[in-house]
Amino acid sequence: MSQPALINRYRWYELAGIYAGIFVFLTFILAPFVEGFLVSLKPLSLLFSSPYRFWPENGSFAAYRTMWVSVPGFARYIFNSFFVSIIVTVVVLALVVPAAYAFARFRFRGSGPLLAAFLAVNMFSGAVLLIPLFRLMRSFGVLNTYFAMIVPGVAFLIPSAIWLLRTYMMRIPRELDEAAFVDGASHFYTLRRVILPIAMPGITVVAITTFIGSYAQQFIFALTFNSKTEYMPLPVGLFAYFGRQEVVWNELMAASFVGIAPAVIVIFFLQRYLVSGLTAGAVKQ
Amino acid sequence: MSVRRSTVIFAWILLLPALLYVSLIVAYPLVDTFILSFTDASLKKTTKWVGTVNYDKIFNSTFAEVIVRTFVWTFFSVSIKMIIGTFGAVMLNAAVPGRALFRVLTMPPWIVPMAIGIFMWGWMYNGQFGMISGMLQNLGLVDGPVAFLAHGSTAFWATIITDVWIGVPLVTLYLLASIQAIPQDLYEAAWTDGAGRFYRFRRITLPLLVPAMITMSMLSLIATFNSFDIIWILTQGGPNGDTTTMIIDTYRTAIGSKKYGEGAARAVVICIFLSIFCLLYFRVTHRLASGESR
Repeated sequence: MSQPALINRYRWYELAGIYAGIFVFLTFILAPFVEGFLVSLKPLSLLFSSPYRFWPENGSFAAYRTMWVSVPGFARYIFNSFFVSIIVTVVVLALVVPAAYAFARFRFRGSGPLLAAFLAVNMFSGAVLLIPLFRLMRSFGVLNTYFAMIVPGVAFLIPSAIWLLRTYMMRIPRELDEAAFVDGASHFYTLRRVILPIAMPGITVVAITTFIGSYAQQFIFALTFNSKTEYMPLPVGLFAYFGRQEVVWNELMAASFVGIAPAVIVIFFLQRYLVSGLTAGAVKQ
Repeated sequence: MSVRRSTVIFAWILLLPALLYVSLIVAYPLVDTFILSFTDASLKKTTKWVGTVNYDKIFNSTFAEVIVRTFVWTFFSVSIKMIIGTFGAVMLNAAVPGRALFRVLTMPPWIVPMAIGIFMWGWMYNGQFGMISGMLQNLGLVDGPVAFLAHGSTAFWATIITDVWIGVPLVTLYLLASIQAIPQDLYEAAWTDGAGRFYRFRRITLPLLVPAMITMSMLSLIATFNSFDIIWILTQGGPNGDTTTMIIDTYRTAIGSKKYGEGAARAVVICIFLSIFCLLYFRVTHRLASGESR
């Protein structure tokens, strides 16, 4: 729609009301980030002084330099977070793409209940199953390694990934499979050469949501299954700024922003693709 | 396509890796939790069967209180998420300049690792130097510093607000997508008949949004019931256990005190509640789906 339709024309007070509503809504969403950023600019002496001052009067980016010195392992934590999330995403995709295709295309005895069972897994978080998971990881001998975060991380992201990709694949016209099949292509060939290329936008969307999910859920597994500093991901690694007598808040906030910057930049660039992937999902017959 | 044997075998081959993985990492631990809950498992080498002792123990303790608290906490968190999420979705649906940007700006709490968002809230709740207490004092609304996380009642609400903040983006974006899926000609027909904007909202948007709102609140209920990171980082269940939910209590018992058996019994109780929610969810979505096709 280039020209706003007549129906969407607002009166000035309606417009003012909408903007006021959006302003209140976004204030709630963004306030912690604004405050966090201002804190990262304030020197500790200003932070720990009363009365409260919102604006950093003699603010500087000093904390963004000193944070690397106070917690030397910080770059490693960022790397760990990315490393774990990327491996998790790759493994999830490898398991989910075939499974989603099977659920989208084939009806066989038990497929309905099986899909429901997969979805039910979504209901249980890692936190509930922590005790047996801990024992399992111990018997695998992977406590205090990357695997302790990767192995359970994958399991809890599989169900929603299957669901999302299945929905996407169901929109791909069946005629394509049938045409390939009539031409003598095997099931596997059809999946690899016909379905996969068409499903690529959907797979990308699943990859992004899985990555975000993995980045977010690392905390509890890393907290419980790993005590080695060199494998700590960002969310747990940030506790290093709590170590001394008082929390070094400005460095903690600076580190948080540095830590999330790569992920936010990646998602910002993929965001357009994410939207187009979701809408292009409707492959019309 | 006729269901031939080779096709069925092929489908199972495709499914098997994911199925085996989830069975080993989720289904087996589920069974193991159940078994452990009848033992005295701990750090000791040997474990023995103790029957229902663990269950007797937890129901003789404050666990009933913890269950009630968890439900209250979850109820308020989900309700507030739905209210703010619906409000946000309706606002962001308005065809005003800048809405694409506003939609992107909704995402950060969802995209950013939870722990980082929680640290920021932790600072804002700080009584001496935090923003909320500071602003309230500067405005003259309170006399002295308010240490939100130091008192039971305020800590309870503080953890809820943070949970709401993390959950709102997904609720908003989901409901926004549902609003946009409502056929535009319904609005145009109502508009031609002279229906005002608010009337159209009340008679078209709201009723057609109800299925999505029910689905989302069920999903949100399950996620909120499982919420761990927020309370753990902000209060660790304190002060005086006033923010201890079932998950936190289980974590403390099992991982903190290493009483695996007792922890497992608590986890089983959580699993029972989650199964009920899960069944409810399937029933509701099933009914909604069959209602749509009618």
